[in-house]
Amino acid sequence: MTEPGPAPTRVRVTGPPRRRPPTRRTSDIDAGTRLGGVYMRSLLREQLRLAVGVLAAMGVTIGLLPLAFYLVPELSDVRLLGMPLGWLLLGVVVYPVLVGLGWAYVHRAERNERDFAEIVSEAER
Amino acid sequence: MNAAPGIIAISLVTVATLAIGTWGLRFSRTTSDFFVASRTVHPRLNASAIGGEYLSAASFLGVAGLVLIHGADMLWYPVGWTAGYLVLLVLVAAPLRRSGAYTLPDFAEARLGSRGVRAVCSVLVVAIGWLYLVPQFKGAGLTLRSAVGAPIWVGPVIVGVVVLANVTSGGMRSITFVQAFQYWLKLTALLVPAAVLLVVWAGDGSARPTGGDWSVPLAPGGAEGLYVTYSLIVATFLGTMGLPHVVVRFYTNPDGRAARRTTLVVLALLGLFYLLPPIYGALGRIYAPELAASGASDALVLELPRIMVDGALGEVLTAMVTAGAFAAFLSTSSGLSIAVAGVLSQDLTGRAQVRGRRLGGVTAFRLGAVVAVTVPCIVALLAPDLGVARAVGLAFAMAAATFCPLLLLGIWWRGLTSVGAIAGLVAGGLGSTVAILWTIRVPEPSGWLDTLMGQPAAWTVPLALTTMVTVSRLTRARAPADAGRFLVRLHTPETVELDRG
Repeated sequence: MTEPGPAPTRVRVTGPPRRRPPTRRTSDIDAGTRLGGVYMRSLLREQLRLAVGVLAAMGVTIGLLPLAFYLVPELSDVRLLGMPLGWLLLGVVVYPVLVGLGWAYVHRAERNERDFAEIVSEAER
Repeated sequence: MNAAPGIIAISLVTVATLAIGTWGLRFSRTTSDFFVASRTVHPRLNASAIGGEYLSAASFLGVAGLVLIHGADMLWYPVGWTAGYLVLLVLVAAPLRRSGAYTLPDFAEARLGSRGVRAVCSVLVVAIGWLYLVPQFKGAGLTLRSAVGAPIWVGPVIVGVVVLANVTSGGMRSITFVQAFQYWLKLTALLVPAAVLLVVWAGDGSARPTGGDWSVPLAPGGAEGLYVTYSLIVATFLGTMGLPHVVVRFYTNPDGRAARRTTLVVLALLGLFYLLPPIYGALGRIYAPELAASGASDALVLELPRIMVDGALGEVLTAMVTAGAFAAFLSTSSGLSIAVAGVLSQDLTGRAQVRGRRLGGVTAFRLGAVVAVTVPCIVALLAPDLGVARAVGLAFAMAAATFCPLLLLGIWWRGLTSVGAIAGLVAGGLGSTVAILWTIRVPEPSGWLDTLMGQPAAWTVPLALTTMVTVSRLTRARAPADAGRFLVRLHTPETVELDRG
């Protein structure tokens, strides 16, 4: 039997970390690294391209109507469904077109944001 | 003229408005409730409220009157007022909500870090708000005179008092309920009489409105007409995003995604409503051409049911449209007053000292509301008449030439500087002011110069935009250092955990 010495302190033994704790790519954006900048610029470009696309679609449908009626005055005499063409287009048809464009935009913009959230939230290994 | 239906209708709308406002008080406890309804308004309720606030006297009365006189080219007004929300949706809605600011001056200061920009924005918000409020009060005076034969000052005073009572007691939370109610009231008040009138018209043999260029969707005068039409398109498509009362409502959304969905519902609600005023304009062309000749075209919607339908039914329909028109004045005036009062309370009354102490948030807001309502009410009683839709059109042109470039560049371009923003705002604001003064001074416009001044947006908007970009590039060194961080906050979805500054 040996003499009881001072109680040995518990020592924690650990090996070298097998893998680094996962870093999220959001930290790149927070730190303003070049990679973070790339992520942000690509999101901005996607959203702006989408916005410009929707506005262009509105421009070539609704925006060109005054020019069309200016260049081709005979359009004013056309009647469709019992209404003059100008009345039918401006009084009725534009509104579903605007809502449709808006719906398509919301759909795509949310998808862009989901893609962005997925990419930056993936942990790097 | 039988005044009873009009009096009953206006009393009912007033009582309902005050009652809903008071009911909304039960939910209004904190300063945050007061200013932004604590940012928890559901998209459907919020969209109804935005629609209720947005459909002003110009939409309810002005469009039908303009269509009666000028024809299809005036349909660009409602089209532009709706399309403005599409432009707002795709370029501004979600980032504006995510900026976390309450008013346009807040946004400018947060983005550019400059008190100077804030001051210029505050002045512009008050200017645009009052420019928009004066025709609302004027329209109220006309409506009461037309409906019940009251003196011209009664309308502005009643609207002013009711708006003040609601705004100062419950703030944003209770006004949200009031305005949502008023959208549906306005829609019903226009839809039901329109349906009855169409049945009457069909029974009469479906006569067609006549007049050569009445169905041409283009302003008359060749190239000048083309310019006027496109300038109107620029003003309305781009001006919507810069209207102070529209912008304030976006801060009541929970997040950027909800802001987008709200805007989409608003598009649908506005499209539904704007199907109706042209019907009144076209029927007026057949049944009430004398209104166009007498210059009382703004009263067309109010007069037409009585002209086309005899007896009790005609009186009931008249009461309905009168109620709708009155709701239009109340809701738009409330929204504008809240926006102007918000800015005044932050930048003016909130800094005032009473016995050495600063006024508290809610007290300052109430004081701001009193100023915001009283000044345009007095101006409406004194100033000359410009026509409801025309005056509102000028407010849109000014918003398009000032806040639209600021929002677009502030949201999408890192390079905007405070000096550039101020230069652009001043250029757009001064250009619009000159045009407005010119238009008031020249009653009979003729020639290109008058045309350019009467519909200025097509040159003031590019002027402000290029000034902002050019001066920002010249003062590149002064671009705010945290612009990148701010753009991260504006464009990234809230679900992603990021440092948003």
